[in-house]
Amino acid sequence: MDSTIASILLVDGLTNGAVYALLGLTLVLVFAVTRVIFIPQGEFVAYGALTLALLQTGQVPGTVWLLLILAAVAALMEGFTVWRHTGRPGPAAKAVIKQSALPVVVALLGWWAAPQQFPLVVQALLSVAIVTAFGPLVYRVAYQSLEDSTPLVLLIVSVGVHFAMVGLGLLFFGAEGFRNPAFWDDRFELGSVILSGQAIIICLSALALIALLWLFFERSLYGKALRATAVNRLGARLMGISSSASGKLTFTMAALIGALSGLLIGPTTTVFYDSGFLIGLKGFVSAVIAGLSSYPMALAGALFVGVVEAFSSFWASAFKEVIVFTLVLPILLWRSLTGDHSDEEH
Amino acid sequence: MKAIKTLIAAAAAALVATSAQADIKIGVILPLTGPASGLGIPAKNQVELWPTSIAGEKLQVTVLDDATDPTNGVRIARRFTTEDKVDLIVGSVATPVGVAIADVARDTKTPQLALTPIGLPPGADAWSFRMPQSNGVMATAIINHMKDKGIKTVGFLGYTDAYGEQWLQAFTPLAEKAGIKIVGVERFARTDTSVTGQALKLVAAKPDAMLIVASGSGAAMPHKGIVERGFKGTIYQTHGAASKDLMRVGGKDVEGAFVVAGPVISPAQLPDSNPSKAVALDFSQKYDAKYGAGTANQFAGHAYDVTVVLEKAIPIALKAAKPGTPEFRAALLNAFETMGRTVVAHGVLNWTKDDHWGYTLDTGVIYKVVNGDWKFEK
Repeated sequence: MDSTIASILLVDGLTNGAVYALLGLTLVLVFAVTRVIFIPQGEFVAYGALTLALLQTGQVPGTVWLLLILAAVAALMEGFTVWRHTGRPGPAAKAVIKQSALPVVVALLGWWAAPQQFPLVVQALLSVAIVTAFGPLVYRVAYQSLEDSTPLVLLIVSVGVHFAMVGLGLLFFGAEGFRNPAFWDDRFELGSVILSGQAIIICLSALALIALLWLFFERSLYGKALRATAVNRLGARLMGISSSASGKLTFTMAALIGALSGLLIGPTTTVFYDSGFLIGLKGFVSAVIAGLSSYPMALAGALFVGVVEAFSSFWASAFKEVIVFTLVLPILLWRSLTGDHSDEEH
Repeated sequence: MKAIKTLIAAAAAALVATSAQADIKIGVILPLTGPASGLGIPAKNQVELWPTSIAGEKLQVTVLDDATDPTNGVRIARRFTTEDKVDLIVGSVATPVGVAIADVARDTKTPQLALTPIGLPPGADAWSFRMPQSNGVMATAIINHMKDKGIKTVGFLGYTDAYGEQWLQAFTPLAEKAGIKIVGVERFARTDTSVTGQALKLVAAKPDAMLIVASGSGAAMPHKGIVERGFKGTIYQTHGAASKDLMRVGGKDVEGAFVVAGPVISPAQLPDSNPSKAVALDFSQKYDAKYGAGTANQFAGHAYDVTVVLEKAIPIALKAAKPGTPEFRAALLNAFETMGRTVVAHGVLNWTKDDHWGYTLDTGVIYKVVNGDWKFEK
């Protein structure tokens, strides 16, 4: 191996690592606020990329129908809960409308826009909107009624949601994969390294998103509310911060970042209905490196995972995944030896 | 589903009408749902085009869905053999399911025609035959093409799964014999986000050609990865990649690639000297007429070949025994093994007692990707 190969591998690893970083940060965020280990995060990635791919062909993506169904289920659950609390149909109907209005509007927009062959950027925004709308609905349907359960129960729910989403992905997108057109097709030669426009977009978008997340948590009231919930759920509730509203906001952000990650990797590889799981899992490894609590550590961990993956695909491609996932073992050992063993409640 | 019900109803009505005479019962097991449904549905479409009788005997065909799940496949196979007492099992298209069904076929002494290249140790396939070509037959076609093009070194980039491994095992001894050196063996998974590392290493070894072993749309990503690393040599793809998904996802980067496949991919382009041309054309014309132009594919082709084989084997077996008896099943097995050279849409079959793969070595056809379509090469 010479320096040329090493630098190409490094660029490739950092590009993939940037996507893992986004997913890793999301997993840390979701766990901190809701104590959910969000295994289906990767599915948002695949849904985002494949929704755009189907919009490109002029078809109405299956995610539009799924969104409508999920919105109906969530609205019924919400309406039933309110009706049981108040005993009056008025507030219940209001809750149903409030719960379902936005997803229905997004779904109808997707249904109308699909055959219109809008430019790539418009379709990309539409895909992000459709997939982001899944976030709060998934939280409402799968997690909200269990939000006081132990992390173990929430983990088991996550496994169920993951399998449901993969199965539905197969139903809606089919078994074959898609590759999206590049947003920026140029190539730049930097010495011996060739940088593709898409790689630059990936790195810049990841940096921008991380900066936005930092601003959100530091400067906005909602961000501070989420941080408060992460530090102490009960205390935050006593201060008037609703834990289910925090959960919904967190899941919306998770779906948004997942969909964006899907758009970022869509042009660099073939995305299948089940591609998201492994990508999400690598994000999870980086989140584990960060002990599911530290954002900067998750970022560093993700870049580390990406670089290790790139170099192991060069040295021992047959054992690439083995090497990447075996990384977790020494890290867990080290964390359990040095960690402070705080109780499960963050 | 409605069509299947009609088929079953028609078969049942025929059964009542001619209850004195035993019909030939065929149990078809296909993945109509699940990950392999893309392969199972075309095969089911072709089953609906099957003749209603062969050699004067009515066919009673039942199609059931294994959902790409070996457990399901075994349960259906057990039902077929113990309750329905079928004379023949056809299926599955998914390899793991096909392997699982082979056990049932052997236990109950029922012949199985698998529509997938199931790899089994000698003896375990005593009652099972494969309709698709073995990897060895396909690798022979690639090796011959490489020899013609004067290729001396080759890089191997394949799936980490059984498909990649079986191809490597089939390809390596043939390459050695032909004096072609494998200069690098690299692996990747279908859902990988990049093959940069593998491509760098293979391209640095400067082989004359690359062999990519992957299936469906998964074959396009490594192909693009190698081209992006500046590889200018010849690139070969296997029959698992021989679908239009390769061009749909790969675009202009897969132009000029050589793909090995059965004759059935594009029969109109075959030279008249190819023995399968007439049969393959008959299949694709009938299938396209029913399901739309350009829809015929290799999986429907395997289901078509089942009837070609049965037209030849059933008359032989009928001489020995009546359908519905263990003797008939044994006679059918014997007929498959002794009927000799049979021209099917996918090539030329020659099953014997020791060889239940059976395709002759000149079966594989090389196509070139030109302007996003197949062009016959050799």
